[in-house]
Amino acid sequence: MNSALLVILLVTLFALFLGVRARRGRDMNLEQWTVGGRSFGTAFVFLLMAGEIYTTFTFLGGSGFAYGKGAAVFYILAYGALAYIISYWLLPPIWRFAKREHLVSQPHYFARKYNSPALGVLVGIVGVIALIPYLVLQFKGLGIIVETASYGSISSTAAIWIGAVVVAAYVMASGVRGSAWNAVVKDTLILAMVIFLGIYLPIHYYGSLGSMFHAIDQAKPGFLKFSDKGTSVVWFQSTVLLTSLGFFMWPHTFGSLYTAKDERIFRRNAVMLPIYQLILLFVFFVGFAAVLKVPGLKGGDIDLSLFKLSIQTFDPWFIGVIGAAGVLTALVPGSMILMSASTLLANDIYRGGIAHGASDEAINRLARFLVPVVALVAVGFTLKGGSTIVALLLMGYNFVTQLFPAVICSVAKNNKVTKQGAFCGILVGVLAVVGISLTHSTIGKLLPFLPESLHDINVGFVALILNVVVTIVVSAMTQPKQGLAQSSRA
Amino acid sequence: MSIRWLAVLPFIGILIGTAFVNEVEPLVLGMPLLLAWLVMWIVLTAVIMAIIYANDPANRAENGNSEANR
Repeated sequence: MNSALLVILLVTLFALFLGVRARRGRDMNLEQWTVGGRSFGTAFVFLLMAGEIYTTFTFLGGSGFAYGKGAAVFYILAYGALAYIISYWLLPPIWRFAKREHLVSQPHYFARKYNSPALGVLVGIVGVIALIPYLVLQFKGLGIIVETASYGSISSTAAIWIGAVVVAAYVMASGVRGSAWNAVVKDTLILAMVIFLGIYLPIHYYGSLGSMFHAIDQAKPGFLKFSDKGTSVVWFQSTVLLTSLGFFMWPHTFGSLYTAKDERIFRRNAVMLPIYQLILLFVFFVGFAAVLKVPGLKGGDIDLSLFKLSIQTFDPWFIGVIGAAGVLTALVPGSMILMSASTLLANDIYRGGIAHGASDEAINRLARFLVPVVALVAVGFTLKGGSTIVALLLMGYNFVTQLFPAVICSVAKNNKVTKQGAFCGILVGVLAVVGISLTHSTIGKLLPFLPESLHDINVGFVALILNVVVTIVVSAMTQPKQGLAQSSRA
Repeated sequence: MSIRWLAVLPFIGILIGTAFVNEVEPLVLGMPLLLAWLVMWIVLTAVIMAIIYANDPANRAENGNSEANR
């Protein structure tokens, strides 16, 4: 065993230890297990939310995207800031309602708010479908990290299995508390690592940040700005807008906001999280540093750019530290996702749709039992899926964005959207996403009469607009007779 | 006009303003102009949200769970 692998192993064991230990002294009922008894302060909620935001997609995908696509990567930096602005006003009313109604999940919110169990089941199904590819992505990242950091001595298949077992074990043992403690360790490590690499690598290889960007601009003109076609300005604008709307609609993000102790936490986080977002800059710098130093990575291999450059630069033990940080960025969000998916299946789809009378204990047992099952399914997809993963992830994002119109209307003082309207809108939006994804449509293909410059608009907008139109039309047709909005409970 | 309307500025800066700064040169703080522009707006977002937070009566209430915010 090399020193890199030893470091990764120790950190993984430590994560497992923290996760399992976190349950001590507390009874794990469903509310404790999923939302930590609604007792988390600013720091913990901050870390849980940041923990989901900084996943392997940012660590490996962010640097890889910078390496492969250049300026297009800047969209990741921009959409978070806009999402946090929205969160300042969006999250407190959701949290208030969730607390009053003792909600533990996202579909629960829809079911109570719109007074429609069927809507809850639909949202639960949308959530699970969107989460699976997200979990697959984390496992895939784990595989890459361990295989690369072990210099090939552990296959990525073995790494994926080990990772899945570790995640499933600590989710089953401690639920959300395990995730929060590991988020603390992970964020400290990743923060230090990313800032160090982002500063050291450009200076080590190019002398300074400025000379690095000069060199890249000379070698690849146009790489550092949006292009005229494809990843153009219009693509950037539409993608940033769309993803900032979907940001808090992920079931696990929605669920983690229930963990907060009071609503001011969200407003404070809206002030601090944009700054935290700047850590991404250093991730980009790593990817850009690799552009001229490890050229030639293509397709899915662009995600290896951070590791390839690091291996070329540092001793094995340090590769181990980077790898350990990477493993944690997969484990922490992985555990949140895994827990959300199993809670959705047990609480919202099984109890909400089939066994209405099931007790909390029964649901809690079922949710825990489903953890390894969901993990297994994700491992299956990870080992089988090839290049389709990215397509699946984008599909996941487009799925959850369909929930936004119903959520934003639900916090309005006078909500005119009816349960039928919300249900049909989400259903049509989701079906449109499926259609678009399966046929690989683009705006240019769907609406060829539009001017050329608009062809790069993110195609997810089509689904969202269809969703909004259907929501409005169906709501108008199903307004209650007295003209009184039925759900002004907020 | 409420101070809350300041929150619109980052949307304008990031979504619309970006179209006018899609350039590499001049580098600002070592970063391409386009990137530096986005970074500036993220810092401004935090500043703006801090101003809004400080002026929001909901945050001055004794406990943060007051129903009477906004």
